[in-house]
Amino acid sequence: MKIAIIDYGSGNIRSVQFALDRVGVQSVLSNDFIEIEKADKVILPGVGEASSAMTQLKDHGLNELIPSLTQPILGICLGMQLMCECTEEGDTDCMGIFPIKVEEFKTDLKIPQIGWNNISKLKTRLFNNLDENEYVYFVHSYFVPLSNYTIAQTTYHESFSAAIRKDNFYACQFHPEKSSEAGLQILKNFINL
Amino acid sequence: MKIRSHLKNYKIMLTKRIIPCLDIKNERTVKGVNFINLIDAGDPVELAKYYSESGADELVFLDITATKEKRKTLLNLVERIAKNINIPFTVGGGISSEEDVLSLLQSGADKVSVNSSAVKNPELINQLSKKFGSQCIVVAIDAKQIKGRWKVYLVGGRVPTEINLFDWAAEVEKRGAGEILFTSMNNDGMKNGFANKALAKLSGLVKIPIIASGGAGSMQDFADTFLEGKADAALAASVFHFNKIEISKLKVFLKLKQLEIRT
Repeated sequence: MKIAIIDYGSGNIRSVQFALDRVGVQSVLSNDFIEIEKADKVILPGVGEASSAMTQLKDHGLNELIPSLTQPILGICLGMQLMCECTEEGDTDCMGIFPIKVEEFKTDLKIPQIGWNNISKLKTRLFNNLDENEYVYFVHSYFVPLSNYTIAQTTYHESFSAAIRKDNFYACQFHPEKSSEAGLQILKNFINL
Repeated sequence: MKIRSHLKNYKIMLTKRIIPCLDIKNERTVKGVNFINLIDAGDPVELAKYYSESGADELVFLDITATKEKRKTLLNLVERIAKNINIPFTVGGGISSEEDVLSLLQSGADKVSVNSSAVKNPELINQLSKKFGSQCIVVAIDAKQIKGRWKVYLVGGRVPTEINLFDWAAEVEKRGAGEILFTSMNNDGMKNGFANKALAKLSGLVKIPIIASGGAGSMQDFADTFLEGKADAALAASVFHFNKIEISKLKVFLKLKQLEIRT
């Protein structure tokens, strides 16, 4: 099993690798086309600001490569948002894998949403062995609205997608690598897809 | 009516966070009482693992001897912590540049906390949040109430300024901070409760989450800071390090107070 974590200079990606170590899977950090293409599974992590992250993906040509991949891919947090059509953050055009517009929270609640919130209406094998209303860790100011692609949802001001899926593309708004035992289970499930 | 208000609360399922803080000096955990008289409270990696497994929602590490020479050992320590825990953690102490932040994030930190350097160079907050995203920039503010006025202190609470706490909090939010970690120096180490009046005022003033710090002595103090202080998270050190309060028991206690808590 080879896992490639796409390294495009965005934030803390070591924690994804450390989490994979804990579930007993070797992974490489890479922006190399060949290495990413031949991996069994690919993870697109991401923290930070959308327009600069998109620029970094483009600098490496990764915005062209990622939508063309055929193995299971998991986008995390900003990685999820970059897989969508566009985002209100910096009015940024993204990769368009999911035909969804990422929106900014418009609420009196604290922004960013930082902390543990629960996920429900869990679908697909990504959530095998997880209970409804399990707590996972979120950090974000923008969100992916509910759609036909939603495979988990959560509520902050309104309900939105905690995870989405289209074909081989999976993505979650929360950080499985930081979500304690529940998060490790989700990573294990992804590896076993 | 009771059911209705319960349902309304249920809409906000985001939980209140319990955050043990580990002050680090020479790769060991220490805790100051009113910032002086440091007592050794154990090995940071062991403590981090213990807290992660016992239900802490996040961890904060403050390197209180953050000199240039110590930087490398801090990075090694951060990496060891990141390998051993799977909850988010923040690292603070002596951070004053993009390079500092990058190396900490690359070692496995999720967020960084800036304090004195942001007061000296407020533009740093804009730079860091632009480069790394607001979500990983925590601005720590140490403040002391003197004759009714809250003033910001620097360098671990040693250097007073004329800056007003609330003015500074509003400014750091505008500049792109993702969270504010507010330590009341009047309450810190006193184990007599958090500065809930100031906290509630802060929480009403800014939109970003507020982490309450300084004064935790009992489980009720945590309930009060969430209910009266409107804090989004509560941070404490010695009550956890010396096992005066067990996190698992604290969380059950807070749940009984109808607070949203991850258990």
